[in-house]
Amino acid sequence: MNNSTLIKQGLKRRYRKEQAFRVLGLTSVCIALLFLVILLLDISSKALPAFIQTQIELTVDLSSEQLGLNKDSSNDEIRQADFRAVIRAALLKRFPAVTNRQDKRSLYSLVSTGAEYQLLDLVLADKSLLNQTSTFMLVADDDVDALIKGAIDRRLPESDRRVKNQKLNWIEALESDGAVHSTFNWQFLTSGDSREPELAGIKGALMGSFYTLFMTLLMSFPVAVASAIYLEEFAPKNRLIDLIEININNLAAVPSIVYGLLGLAVFINLFGMPRSAPVVGAVVLSLMTLPTIIIASRSAIKAVPPSLREAALGVGASKMQTVFHHVLPAALPGMLTGTIIGMAQALGETAPLLMIGMVAFIVDIPQSIIDPATVLPIQVYLWADSPERGFLEKTSAAILVLLVFLIVMNALAIYLRKKFEKKW
Amino acid sequence: MNELMMASPMARAKSELTGNQVNVSLAATFEHTVGTPCCDNPKIQTKNVDVFYAENHAIQDVSLDMGANEVTALIGPSGCGKSTYLRCLNRMNDSIDICKVSGDFILDGEDIYAKSQDPVLLRARVGMVFQKPNPFPKSIYDNVAYGLRIHGLTQNKAELDDMVEDSLRKAGLFEEVKDRLNAAGTSLSGGQQQRLCIARTIAIQPEVILMDEPASALDPIATAKTEELIAELKENFTIVIVTHSMQQAARVSQRTAYFHMGRLIEVGETDQIFTNPQHELTEKYITGRFG
Repeated sequence: MNNSTLIKQGLKRRYRKEQAFRVLGLTSVCIALLFLVILLLDISSKALPAFIQTQIELTVDLSSEQLGLNKDSSNDEIRQADFRAVIRAALLKRFPAVTNRQDKRSLYSLVSTGAEYQLLDLVLADKSLLNQTSTFMLVADDDVDALIKGAIDRRLPESDRRVKNQKLNWIEALESDGAVHSTFNWQFLTSGDSREPELAGIKGALMGSFYTLFMTLLMSFPVAVASAIYLEEFAPKNRLIDLIEININNLAAVPSIVYGLLGLAVFINLFGMPRSAPVVGAVVLSLMTLPTIIIASRSAIKAVPPSLREAALGVGASKMQTVFHHVLPAALPGMLTGTIIGMAQALGETAPLLMIGMVAFIVDIPQSIIDPATVLPIQVYLWADSPERGFLEKTSAAILVLLVFLIVMNALAIYLRKKFEKKW
Repeated sequence: MNELMMASPMARAKSELTGNQVNVSLAATFEHTVGTPCCDNPKIQTKNVDVFYAENHAIQDVSLDMGANEVTALIGPSGCGKSTYLRCLNRMNDSIDICKVSGDFILDGEDIYAKSQDPVLLRARVGMVFQKPNPFPKSIYDNVAYGLRIHGLTQNKAELDDMVEDSLRKAGLFEEVKDRLNAAGTSLSGGQQQRLCIARTIAIQPEVILMDEPASALDPIATAKTEELIAELKENFTIVIVTHSMQQAARVSQRTAYFHMGRLIEVGETDQIFTNPQHELTEKYITGRFG
């Protein structure tokens, strides 16, 4: 028996192993993809209703007898006017049979409490609406919304149904009039949080996340890159530097809530920085992402071929010029990869932000980095925790927004990386 | 210096223990450098050079002069210390922490390793071309212009353009790349890249050019072009070239120094080294019995 027959005998077994490994790999990729698809389908199917708003068309009398306003009224006077009363009057006019006090209250709850502010904004924008009767699309209450979307089953016996027969009859009467409309829910994208599910929006948390991450990037990227360059290119080899290096690696493994405690104790209590503010969140998240970016940046710098450094030194570039003209551009793609990982981690982080008060219920949309704010993952947490039926779809929608935010952020970073990666 | 003296016999003993036949014969026959380490018109003079890589005594007591406007070739088997020695001449070993250099290095009467000597200025005066072509990942133009820019050698764009063209011409590359100066330096062929690296080095007009096996990664045609170029460059520059190829040393150099196991065995006129080597080891090496 010669070598080639021996090899031939073994070949079959070798190819079988290769085949088995390929199948194994492909299977695991498929399983992972399957779960990802299930997750995304589940979230998006639950989230879609949140982007549809139910509105009730009502004919509202804005005459001066009703509101005490005319075309010359100042904005302040308009703000003090009783819009709730005119909406209630409009509802009573539509259902004149309702006389009982309790039934009236039930009737009034067809329309969201936010409707009066909606009406106020419309009037402030266009004063010519005053002194006449017009039809308005007013936001429906979350129960009506749920019923229209089918989240509440009309065929259930009344005792098991959240919306009772009386209310159901009114809604069906409105439906038969064609006065119930479903439109795209801009309010979800343009307003802040609310106790009422039909009024709650994601913009507050979105802006909070944006400010927090922007500041995190601004603080952590330069510091991390500078540290990585110093440690890799300039630092002397001694015990102190070794200790620093070991501790940077250790910091990457510290549970994130510990950073939150640090933020609370040091930045808020000791330095007196504002509570619930994106800037404090950003400082805490920067501390958390620094080790990740430093470690990735250092390995990127290490991977720059020594021949490039020698080429620069050989034409008489100083150490600093060598690093900034040649090493840094070559290492930048790797540094950006580390930054993407760090920032994605920061975007999804909840625990440390709980400790510094970003879990507060905040209705206003933050306008700056020191305004109280919350962030997307915490908004998800808050809504998931709320008992109202309407928050269920909001929770999924918030997750969707978080994912979109993440994708946009990563796409931007990958675009930048590709741009710098351009190998000559 | 004391430390050096103590480490030296130790290192030798160690190399003898682990060494091969050649090694033993070296210990038996080496007494001092044969030939003429000094020359009439030296550009760089080195005396009693010792280099350590941690425990490893890489260069042992080497004294050698390199004449102005001539090509000095350093030859020898792999690991003989010729590249290490070359890199000492413009302090490229500074950045290696474990590398310790001692001895006298004199460039035009100035001590290369003096405290007052700035390595950045030194490297502008003593340029270097490396074994593997290593153009910057920039355009051809920027590769050549880089040194001029960082040293501030030109006043305006027109002057810079002229200098870049001039350097590329001197490196024999201009005709091949004049239409694509903005193309990537790394898009050129290996031989062109090496000539680009030479253009980059001569752009800042150093006094000495160190070449570390500049043709070892090139095909014969590119090698021939590089050698022609070296012959032309010696009119204006002092060149020290490390090479594996004895034919190359014979073709381009005026003086040749033969290194072996960190020792300078023999040095002399190239013709004499290749036709009438004085030392047994040199003879064995150039006749191809080892290497």
